[in-house]
Amino acid sequence: MYLNFGVPLALTIIGIGFVALMFGLQKLLAPQNPYDRKLIPYECGEPPTGRAWINFNVRFYLIALIFVVFEVEVAFAYPIAAVYLDWVRSGRRLYALSEILVFLLILFVGLVYVWVKHDLEWIKKVPVED
Amino acid sequence: MPLLNTLPDYVLTTKTDELLNWMRKSSIWYMLFGLACCAIELMHTGGPRADIDRFGATPRASARQSDLMIVAGTLTLKMALRTRLLYDQMPDPKYVISMGSCASCGGLFQLAYSVCDGVDKILPVDVYVPGCPPRPEALTEGLLKLQEKIMTERWLVRAPNGNGKQIEAA
Amino acid sequence: MESLQILERVKSKFGDRVLELSDKKPDPFVVLDPKAIVEVGRFMKEDPDLAMDCLSNESGVDYKDRIEVVYHLFSYPHRHGAVLKVKLPRENPAVETLEGVWKSANWMEREIFDLLGVNFEGHSDMRRILMPEDWIGHPLRKDFVEPAEYHGISTVRESPIIRLDTKKK
Repeated sequence: MYLNFGVPLALTIIGIGFVALMFGLQKLLAPQNPYDRKLIPYECGEPPTGRAWINFNVRFYLIALIFVVFEVEVAFAYPIAAVYLDWVRSGRRLYALSEILVFLLILFVGLVYVWVKHDLEWIKKVPVED
Repeated sequence: MPLLNTLPDYVLTTKTDELLNWMRKSSIWYMLFGLACCAIELMHTGGPRADIDRFGATPRASARQSDLMIVAGTLTLKMALRTRLLYDQMPDPKYVISMGSCASCGGLFQLAYSVCDGVDKILPVDVYVPGCPPRPEALTEGLLKLQEKIMTERWLVRAPNGNGKQIEAA
Repeated sequence: MESLQILERVKSKFGDRVLELSDKKPDPFVVLDPKAIVEVGRFMKEDPDLAMDCLSNESGVDYKDRIEVVYHLFSYPHRHGAVLKVKLPRENPAVETLEGVWKSANWMEREIFDLLGVNFEGHSDMRRILMPEDWIGHPLRKDFVEPAEYHGISTVRESPIIRLDTKKK
């Protein structure tokens, strides 16, 4: 059974090793010549003005948050889909179906909430009070 | 830490040098620095008919991602300061091709009040490509000459008498 | 309307502030008193028969004894044009800006300021437009002397032409 972990282990070792090899070669072979004019922030040739950290719009955060929640839901739905046929064959089809449907329904309520609050629109259309 | 110019002159080290030079010359990414009419010919050289992408040279818009700066067009004094800053912001190893007569010596506009006579007043140039504007084939030849120049560089091997790539500071 | 008719109309309205009316081919022109330029400009724009809604060009000229500012006006409704000129002294040349009448005068006056040194009074953004901000001097003046260097870059280059045959002159 432990042999099943051999493949991901080999993959991890090769992955980390390859990156380490590349970085190592770069440290040994690449010319490094930092000086202050080279290190200033790039602004297409003009001397940089203003702050480097700017405020971004909060809608990026909102979209990322909504994405994470529903992505986790999908991640949980995958293993259920993988074993679903076994459950069907052992006769407990309705049980499995109702369980997954309840799970999705709870998260669907969340989707409806986000939809109604206009968080799915990139530019929220808020009614103007006259 | 870096092994630059520290190793003696054995077959293995010189062949590694050649390998590095071959890798660098086969993938020179140039910065699109078209200032005037030569820029049109630069675009044509990168285009489908006279293609320098077959030599590995692909255009990059940013100085931070390029190793060749092809100065294509008339350099004015106003632009010269920015050009120097852009050259400084390119990562080493970096090369410069001065394309056309305006970039090499001021060209047609040499006597003008606002023109910097030649980009070599502010940058070290590796290859000059004459022409007004140089044909795409001429610029390709310039690139090939630059590739020959790159093949003669010495990175790992200790450079005798100070020959080899000089990396300038500031 | 013919150019000359337009200018005669201007002369008849503004009388002694029009210093000269010339019938030169191809463009007859009128030389105005510098103080009257905004009034004349506004009149030419708003009068329904003239309707000069476009300042198609404004440029400066440096003669040895004076600097002139030349305005080329054009009318899209009537398809006719006219030329106005203003003569200014070479020391401290100044004239009022036409930016309030035609918006295109903004950049054109910045260019004249940059290259000839004419100061436009009342301009909203009087700074250099073509030369670098820290350039000294006005290049298109006849007495402009090129500086020897700019920020360390020398402005002289020896000629790349090498005479190979020294016998011929």
